[in-house]
Amino acid sequence: MDRKYELTKNNRLIPMIMMAIGLAAIVMGFLTDKSRTWASLLTNDFYFTAISLCGTFFVALQYVAQAGWAVGIKRIPEAMGGFLKFGVAGIILIFILGHHELYHWTHAELYDHSSPEFDAIMNGKRGFLNIPFFLVRLIGYFVIWVGFTYMLRKQSLLEDAEGGLVHYRKSVPLAAVFVVLFAITTSTGAWDILMSIDAHWFSTLFGWFMFAGLFVSGLSMICLIILYLKLKGYLEHVNNNHLHDMGKYMFAFCIFWTYLWFSQFMLIWYANLPEEVIYFQVRWENFRTLWVINLLVNFCAPFLILMSRDAKRRNSILWVSGIVILGGQWLNVYLMVIPGVVGEDWHLGFIELGTMVGFLGFFLWTTLQELSKASLVPKNHPMLTESLHHHI
Amino acid sequence: MAKRIYGIFDDEEILMKAIPVLRSQGVVCREVQSPFPIHGIDPIIGTPRTRLSITSFMYGILGTSLALLMVWYMMIYDWPINIGGKPNFMLYLNLPAFIPVTFEMTVFCAAHGMAITFLFRSKLLPGVTAPIPHPRVTDDKLVLHVDVNDETKMDQTVNSIKNAGATEVLLKSMQFS
Repeated sequence: MDRKYELTKNNRLIPMIMMAIGLAAIVMGFLTDKSRTWASLLTNDFYFTAISLCGTFFVALQYVAQAGWAVGIKRIPEAMGGFLKFGVAGIILIFILGHHELYHWTHAELYDHSSPEFDAIMNGKRGFLNIPFFLVRLIGYFVIWVGFTYMLRKQSLLEDAEGGLVHYRKSVPLAAVFVVLFAITTSTGAWDILMSIDAHWFSTLFGWFMFAGLFVSGLSMICLIILYLKLKGYLEHVNNNHLHDMGKYMFAFCIFWTYLWFSQFMLIWYANLPEEVIYFQVRWENFRTLWVINLLVNFCAPFLILMSRDAKRRNSILWVSGIVILGGQWLNVYLMVIPGVVGEDWHLGFIELGTMVGFLGFFLWTTLQELSKASLVPKNHPMLTESLHHHI
Repeated sequence: MAKRIYGIFDDEEILMKAIPVLRSQGVVCREVQSPFPIHGIDPIIGTPRTRLSITSFMYGILGTSLALLMVWYMMIYDWPINIGGKPNFMLYLNLPAFIPVTFEMTVFCAAHGMAITFLFRSKLLPGVTAPIPHPRVTDDKLVLHVDVNDETKMDQTVNSIKNAGATEVLLKSMQFS
């Protein structure tokens, strides 16, 4: 019951190689195409930060719902939170260094009445979209997300060491506060980090759309890490019933993602207002293939693959659908960032994919490090027995 | 033709232990009726898994097709209307506008079809006398349905059900109406 994950040689070597590939892609990108590189850095950093944030959210959600089934897999989303501090710090760094390339609204001449570039719309949004306030918000997200991740993790580890109900009782209010703050900060974070790239355009459900993507990609990552650990002979107590629940989660939130995607698209398509349609116009004109693939990969594939009960209980199918969803959600973030930054001259090549491999390596490295620090079973959790006997 | 007899049990724990014993003796257990759901009893009885989920998929497909046919006939073929300048001469060009209707029809057909199929298969349609072998199955008794294929083994089967913990074995359904 007290078994820890032991890092193998490959667990250190392969993420290192991946990070080296990522570094090579970033260096090559800065030498050839600056705006593409900044866009791909933001895409990948945001994507993996979102997955990592979903880890903390998942843990908090189980506390708030008083759900017992997930106790046996709780260490995995907890460990995913280990990347969060690097991820959010990376977003702040990318903003400080690359804001001129990434965010059109940071250009000073837009707010200069005498300049020919003066933009009345952007001037009207200046109270919210200005560099100092933006930085304050980013630091606020850092404090909230990383702080709650740290506190929840600390309570969980103390519970392992000391036992008793006191840490569980402390975790529940922490988790409840975090869920509320998470709801607000993911919405505003999505406006800040992704929606302000196309600063003239706005959509009221963008934050929820981003949350749906965050949740479904995080769930797929949790599921894949569980499957990997089972493959290596860990997590004997996690059986098909737990995986079935993960499969149901992935299936449900793929549909939720599509629901929000379509709600955003259809209203804009139907109303046909120029300032709103421009967002989809750019994607339809220049990114049509990827745009259609995005929908197919994120909706049709998981919907049809994961529909039946037997599919959700079979490891091989969960491997495939997890990887498909993670790839699809990456493409989704790519399509939210690239059209606004790079525009017509976009490519999907070594710079983007290499950076993705690098960030994946970094993410796996921090996650596996965190996993190896604590027992894979939270042995003193009051609902552990319920999780061990989970049966559906 | 198999004859169906009914074993009446008082306690679900006794029943859960009795069924594997009876099955190992070659008794064909068909169904359990209980006043409350018993977790994990399906694999013990050995009934095949329900095909209701397959019907739900088929009803869903039916709903999607019906909805598309309906909007195509109404909005494209019979009486095309220019709404907000949207194209109205091909179904696929105007598809986003029809997705909500299609979605609703899919859910409608899948849900209603599944519910009606379930009621039909369980013989629970309105006006039909419920097939309850023992009146107290709605209160505190559990009923195990057993099929006896060979009439000569009737006494032996009744005895094994009683030995397994049944308080009573009914050779005939006590219908009440």
